[in-house]
This record gives sequence, structure tokens and C-alpha cells, in this order.
Amino acid sequence: MLKLTHISKTFNPGTVNEKRAISDLSLHVNKGDFITIIGSNGAGKSTLFNAIAGSFLTDSGRIELDGQDITLMAEHVRSRQIGRLFQDTRVGTAPGMTIEENLALSAGRGGWLSPISKADKKLFREKLAELQMGLEDRMKQPVGLLSGGQRQVIALLMSTLTTPKLLLLDEHTAALDPATAEKVLALTESIVNERKLTCMMITHNMESALKLGNRTFMMENGNIVLDVAGEKRSGLTVDDLLDEFRKVSGHRLDNDRILLS
Amino acid sequence: MDFNSVMSLLQTALELGLIGSLTVLSLFLSYSMLNVCDLSTDGCFTLGAAVGGVVAISGHPILAIFAAMGAGMLSGLVVSFLQTKMGIDSLLAGIIVNTALYSVNIAVMGSSLLNMNKTETVFTMMQGWLKGTFLENQYKLVVILIFVTLAVVFLAVFLRTRLGLAIRATGDNPAMVKSSSINPVITTIIGLCLSNALTGLSGCLLAQSQKSVNIDIGSGMVTIALASLLIGNAFFGRGSITKRAIGAVVGAFVFRLVYTIALRFNMPAFMLKLVSSVIVIIAIAGPYLRSRLPILQRKLQLKSGKGDK
Ligand SMILES: Nc1ncnc2c1ncn2[C@@H]1O[C@H](COP(=O)(O)OP(=O)(O)OP(=O)(O)O)[C@@H](O)[C@H]1O
Ligand SMILES: [Mg+2]
Repeated sequence: MLKLTHISKTFNPGTVNEKRAISDLSLHVNKGDFITIIGSNGAGKSTLFNAIAGSFLTDSGRIELDGQDITLMAEHVRSRQIGRLFQDTRVGTAPGMTIEENLALSAGRGGWLSPISKADKKLFREKLAELQMGLEDRMKQPVGLLSGGQRQVIALLMSTLTTPKLLLLDEHTAALDPATAEKVLALTESIVNERKLTCMMITHNMESALKLGNRTFMMENGNIVLDVAGEKRSGLTVDDLLDEFRKVSGHRLDNDRILLS
Repeated sequence: MDFNSVMSLLQTALELGLIGSLTVLSLFLSYSMLNVCDLSTDGCFTLGAAVGGVVAISGHPILAIFAAMGAGMLSGLVVSFLQTKMGIDSLLAGIIVNTALYSVNIAVMGSSLLNMNKTETVFTMMQGWLKGTFLENQYKLVVILIFVTLAVVFLAVFLRTRLGLAIRATGDNPAMVKSSSINPVITTIIGLCLSNALTGLSGCLLAQSQKSVNIDIGSGMVTIALASLLIGNAFFGRGSITKRAIGAVVGAFVFRLVYTIALRFNMPAFMLKLVSSVIVIIAIAGPYLRSRLPILQRKLQLKSGKGDK
């Protein structure tokens, strides 16, 4: 489904701030994979997503999505096939526009000059009702009035309205309170499973990294240092993962954002 | 003041306010929706007046309307091209185009003044059609109302289409648009083209209505329109798109009304621009200062608390 071959990205090359954020990284994501990605701050996780989504051009290497070479494709063109959620709950939605308008925008159905159709409105209402958060009665309200968690749920719905070939979740529950984060995570899991989406999820929560999905990457210094799936993965515990981390990185995982709960 | 002079005062304010409201609607699209402060508005307004005037003088008052809108669109295309494709800051792009338009406008007009006293205009045409009806004396208002209604309806419908939503999202959350399938270059270009078509139309109608075009006809328009827009926002800022568009028109009328009344009370006409600037300052700085107020109060309290000891 997704194939990266020898991707590299250096920020500010030739200056004192030179930073090799991705270094000669190759990976192959199979159709239907749900990959969780862990790694310390600055390991290059977000940069990897940015490279896949096309926020910048990689310095070298090739990116293929579903057999198509997208290395040079513009970000907004890739976005038709790649859904994306960020840690910042304000990024995914337009606050001044209503829930309905936000959903319509990402559904992208009908001609450019056609208004939101009745059928779409009905569909949005059903999808919102499924969430059981009462959002179906607030479709005419601006998204800016919603809480961060509600906004993230809308954003999740938006990026999966049309089935994306790939869903990239960058710590999308990190800014939420534990209960809401739990809820959004459960919703994410059910959507991904139900729709059989191919998904990559960055998280700092070791437990959900092992619990969710079928495959786990650990990143360090701009590369993938651990790629586990199947039986090997199901036998892993959080402690094993931490041990593994110590081994590959040579230092303790003294990252305050990693939750062991 | 007797009843008749009050009525004629109201009528003037209504006519000029509504003609100007098309520029306010233009800014509603560019400033409120697309979040771009388009400083080419003055030049574009004059361009609409100049192109519209010249075409009308050549005997085609209706074609003049379309020509003025087309010219406005072209000017909007240049502004948006400069900021989306040439890496020029959006404020600077507007200023540059505004400056360039001064030359363009004189070239179009052939001088710095066009006299259209004997020219057939959309207003004189309407005057002919309405002769003998009860609207006989309101012919100007009828023409203007038709255009303003069309513009409001257009915006209310357009801003709810998929393209309209994309344009609004571009202004509302650039970060979201960046990672969505919307191409902000396209939405900015289309938004500014449409916005400037409205400015051009506004200029053209003013030219045909007052039967003359002066090279300075558009000067200060952007501030006046912004003041009107912000007045409208104060009334209808939180409503639906339709309400807000109507609010822009109401704001234009209110601004004109206040100005016309002030003229009656012997405020010199040259004060118009100062007044519009002050309104814009108050409307934008007001909310900011209000948000600072609690901090200032706390500081004062702390100071006086120390003084007590
Ligand atoms: N636009 C940029 N310009 C310069 N340096 C950047 C840029 N984006 C990322 N970097 C650098 O690249 C490295 C990797 O950053 P990245 O955001 O991918 O880390 P991450 O693994 O997502 O970390 P975190 O867990 O903190 O989100 C960091 O050292 C960062 O400073
Ligand atoms: Mg990150």
C-alpha cells in the first residue's frame, strides 16, 4: 500500500541548525495495516508523516502509495487519498464554519458550485448520531464552540468520510483529558477496523501502542529501529518495549510524555 | 429640517450607501471570508468607474457594467497571482497593484476626468422606463437595489457551495486547508477575482450615477468600506452568512447616513476620510482594548494595594 524507499530529509542544510530528521528510511506498509509508532521527542515521527503527506519534498528517495509514485505530488493532491489528524485540535477543523459545513468540505461531493445536498445532510446526521455525543443536534453550530475532544472527533469523522487510502494520526489524543482520549481512541479503533483502513498512529502511550493495531514501529534518530508484528508483538509487554528502547537508543527513556499507566 | 429635506437626505444616504455597499460586500468576501486585506480596493474602484465610464460614453451602458466587473476581476487576478505565485506579501501585493492602477486608470480615461453629462447610463435608462409610474423619482434606487440584491443573493448562495466553503475555509483555518485537499492558491485567486468584480461594479455604478469620473473617485474607499463592514459586523457579526452579508449592506447605509447627517450639521466634506479611519480604528482596537482591560485593572489594583501599605 505505502512504500518508502531510502527517504532522507535534512532541515536547514549547511547551517549551524542543520538537522537530519529522517535518514535513509525505507518502509513497507501493507494494505489494512494499523501501525502504531513510538519514539522519543525529536525521533522524526512527525517528520515522517509530513514527508508522506507531502508537507515538504524529501531530499532523496521515493514514496509510493497504492502503486502510484507520489514523491513529487503536491500536498493538497495527496490529501485526497491521505487523511490526517494532529495533536493540536484546532488544526483539523475550520472554527468559523458549522459542523455541517466542515463535514461537507471534507466529503467533497457534488460539483464545485453545488450546495450541500439533502442526502449528505442526512448522512452527516447519521454519522454524528452514531457517536452518541449529541453532535447531530448541533450541526448548524460553528465548530469553534466545541470542546477540543469534540473537535477532534469531528476531524476524525472528516478525514474518514471518504475512505482514505492511508490515515495518519499524529498523537491525535495527546491534548485531550484521559477520559476523552480513551473515547476518541476507541472511536478511532472502531472506525479503522470497521472500514478496514490502512492507518499509522504516533503515540507516546506504550500501552495503547501495543494494544491497538497489528504492528508497531519504534523510531530513533530519523529511522525505524524496531518493527514488530504478529506473534512477536503479541508477546511484548510495555516493559519489554522500554528495554528494547534502551537497547536501541543506548539511553533510558526519560521522556516525561511517555505514559506507563 | 422639514419632512421633505429629511426624506431627500435619507434618499441620498440610501443611494450612496447602497452603491458603496457593493464594495463593502467585496471586502466581506476578501476580508471577512478569505482573511485577506486587499489594499488594491481604491484603485480597483476607480478602475471600475473608469472602464465603466468609457464604455458607457461609447454608448453601451449595460456592457459598461460587465466591462467594469471584468476589469475588476482582472485586477483581482493580478493581486492574487502576486501573492500566491510570486511570493509577495498580500498587503504589499495590494499596494503595488493599487499604485499601478493609477497609471492604468489614467490611460483608460485618457485624462484624469471623464464627463458623462450627456451619456446614457443604466440610471437614465431606468428613468425612461419608470416614467409615469409611482417609482418615477426613485429610479436610481431601483437600479441600485437590483444590483445590491443580486450581489447579496449571489454571495449567500455562492458561499454555501462547495467552492464557497473551500474559500471560507481558506480564510478560517489556513493550517487545516494546508493539509486538506483544498488548493489555497485556487481559492484565493477565485475569491479575490469575485471580490474585485464587485468593487469594479461599485465604481461603475457610482460613475454612472454621478455622471462623472474623477481619477480620485476611489481614494479612501478601502477604509470607508472597512468601516461600513465593521459597523455591519457590530449588528450582524454572529449570524448566518446571509445575515452577515445583509449586515454589510446595512453597515454601508448606516455609515453613509451618519456621514450625511454630519454634513448637515456643517461637518466639512473633507472630514469623510478622517471619520472613516477613526471608525475602523475604534472597531478593530475596541475589542482588543476591552480584552486588555482586566489586566490593566489588576495592575491598577496592585499599585493602589501597595500604596495602602
Ligand atoms: N520544519 C522544521 N525545521 C527545522 N527542523 C525541524 C522541522 N521539523 C522538524 N525538525 C527537527 O527534526 C527533528 C524531528 O522532529 P519531529 O517533529 O519529526 O519529531 P517527533 O518524533 O515528532 O517528536 P515529538 O515526539 O516531540 O513530536 C527534530 O529535531 C526537529 O527539531
Ligand atoms: Mg511529533
